[in-house]
Amino acid sequence: MAFLHISGLRKRYGALEILKGIDIELEKGGFLVLVGPSGCGKSTLLNTIAGLETITEGDIKVDERSIAGLHPSKRDIAMVFQSYALYPNMTVAGNIAFGMEMRGVPADERKQAIDKVAKVLQIGHLLDRKPSQLSGGQRQRVAMGRALVRDPKLFLFDEPLSNLDAKLRVDMRTEIKRLHQTTGKTIVYVTHDQIEAMTLATKIAVMKEGIVQQFGTPAEIYNNPANMFVADFMGSPAMNLLSGRITRADDGLAVALERAGGEAIRLPVAAAQAALAQYENRDVVFGIRPEALTDPEGADRNASALAENDCLIEVVEPAGSDTFAVTKLGGREVVARLRADARIRAGEMARLAFNLDKAVFFDPQTQARIA
Amino acid sequence: MSAATLSASGNQNRWIGRVAIYGLLILFAILYLMPLFVMLVTSFKTMDEIQNGNMLSLPQAPTLDPWFKAWGETCVGLTCAGIKGYFWNSLKMVVPAVAISTILGALNGYVLTKWRFPGHTLVFGLMLFACFIPFQSVLLPMATILGSLGRFGMALQDQIGMTLGFGNPTVNLVIVHVIYGLGFTTLFFRNYYEAFPNELVRAAQVDGASFFQIFRRIMLPNSLPIIVVTVIYQFTNIWNDFLFASAYAGSGESMPMTVALNNVVNTSTGVVEYNVNMAAAMIAAMPTLLVYIVAGRYFVRGLMAGAVKG
Repeated sequence: MAFLHISGLRKRYGALEILKGIDIELEKGGFLVLVGPSGCGKSTLLNTIAGLETITEGDIKVDERSIAGLHPSKRDIAMVFQSYALYPNMTVAGNIAFGMEMRGVPADERKQAIDKVAKVLQIGHLLDRKPSQLSGGQRQRVAMGRALVRDPKLFLFDEPLSNLDAKLRVDMRTEIKRLHQTTGKTIVYVTHDQIEAMTLATKIAVMKEGIVQQFGTPAEIYNNPANMFVADFMGSPAMNLLSGRITRADDGLAVALERAGGEAIRLPVAAAQAALAQYENRDVVFGIRPEALTDPEGADRNASALAENDCLIEVVEPAGSDTFAVTKLGGREVVARLRADARIRAGEMARLAFNLDKAVFFDPQTQARIA
Repeated sequence: MSAATLSASGNQNRWIGRVAIYGLLILFAILYLMPLFVMLVTSFKTMDEIQNGNMLSLPQAPTLDPWFKAWGETCVGLTCAGIKGYFWNSLKMVVPAVAISTILGALNGYVLTKWRFPGHTLVFGLMLFACFIPFQSVLLPMATILGSLGRFGMALQDQIGMTLGFGNPTVNLVIVHVIYGLGFTTLFFRNYYEAFPNELVRAAQVDGASFFQIFRRIMLPNSLPIIVVTVIYQFTNIWNDFLFASAYAGSGESMPMTVALNNVVNTSTGVVEYNVNMAAAMIAAMPTLLVYIVAGRYFVRGLMAGAVKG
């Protein structure tokens, strides 16, 4: 049975519906990341779990107990806020101990708990400082310390890294992941950064307009996106989504993509013939991730269906570890990810390998996944 | 024309501008400070010197006698015990009135920004309206209400042997000033708390703090600038108030400073002791001056903090 169980959750402000029926189950010790563009309702969902917003319909259960009607302090949760929300008038120790103080924990017990958390987060030397005397990363640690010291059933993180600079963000991301691994706590984490979602989560819920578009493990979300939104949102650089046409030839179905500087490419469709058969002679959206479109030497040797074609390279972007090449297929710009030392030049034809194991197809009207 | 003469004439123009600006500023500063100067020098002069000398000249034989006389001997109406009793009367009225209206304003601002309820803008609008009600229009209705409170006090006296403050003129003035000041204090605190991060309140809620614990432990300790602004504003207004003071405590033991000062100056018997009058006026103005000097630097800062956001 799930540890965190959200069922049929709806949130309305008057006529405006923010959350339109959310169903999520998370196992104990899981790390759920709610990800989506701004305005998708992910923060509202987190606030309803925290009890900072009421819910209109549905239920939230933690460890078999419904918490939907409870005051935030009675839910056995701890929350880390985007702005850290450290009380400016109290010292670091005072901030960490405030929750325990409100619960009437005796002073010596508070002291022990503070010391323990300070050791875990290495903030022992900061305990007597005020939040204004701390750097961004230190504030972040203190905010986590305030949550950790409570030892709650559920941790809630509301975009905790978005105020940090890029390098510190990566460091703190690792720190949070390590914290999750060592404590084994159940965490719900909100972010708009899909890389954070991929690296941290055991389960991801991709949200848009108050609806969970897809709920699954990071690998499921990445490799088997349920629709074009998820495919486009997750991954950087984004998945290439191009329009193609399903045609039948002697050797079975294939997808035809228009190509700049040559005739259309025909890629045989190995898998999912049945689903695509209905789309014969119709347009579909062909999706392929940049890393599945590469130079023949860099292609995945284990792939069962590789197709090689010549494409006109328009732009070459060396990124150090990889080289990105932009070409045009099916009327769209397509990014291919090549080895760093791949010998290609802008304005010339180059041979690219399509890993068709990783290709996905969407219906252009409904945007839903076909195969 | 060469570049050198051009820049020279530019410099000259700037000089003329500077002189004009500073000249005007100094002129107005002198005009503004003149009355204070006259009051101060007069209060240190003897009566002979006042009657025979120039109003603006410095005292030839400075004396503190007028100050002592104003404080302890001068006649207010028929009693001649100085203004010291009335000074304390004013303090007894001002301190509770400022404290209560500030605390209530802070509570109002806290509720209006952090515990929003349907219709909160209407409530705030109505409270703002209180800022624009002229004093005079409140006089008679308030007198009726204070009259009822007084009768209630009498009834209590008959029943339980004490009035619990109902009908006491000082208490009455505190009530009036609290009610009248509430619009302003609410405005100050609401605008300040509007920019106060909501996440702090939410964090405290998750930490298990109650409504009043959040107010006392989170909001108030972080409100120093706006508290200073409100205290200065309320203190000055209430201390300087003459209309309510003369209407509801215009005679007798509880008369505040402002009314007493008026009675000192308006005495029709004997020689008008200008030096004593000036000293009394200076004493009356002292507390507000003091509050400005002590907390003044927060005043501008606090006004700005409220003004930028909200």
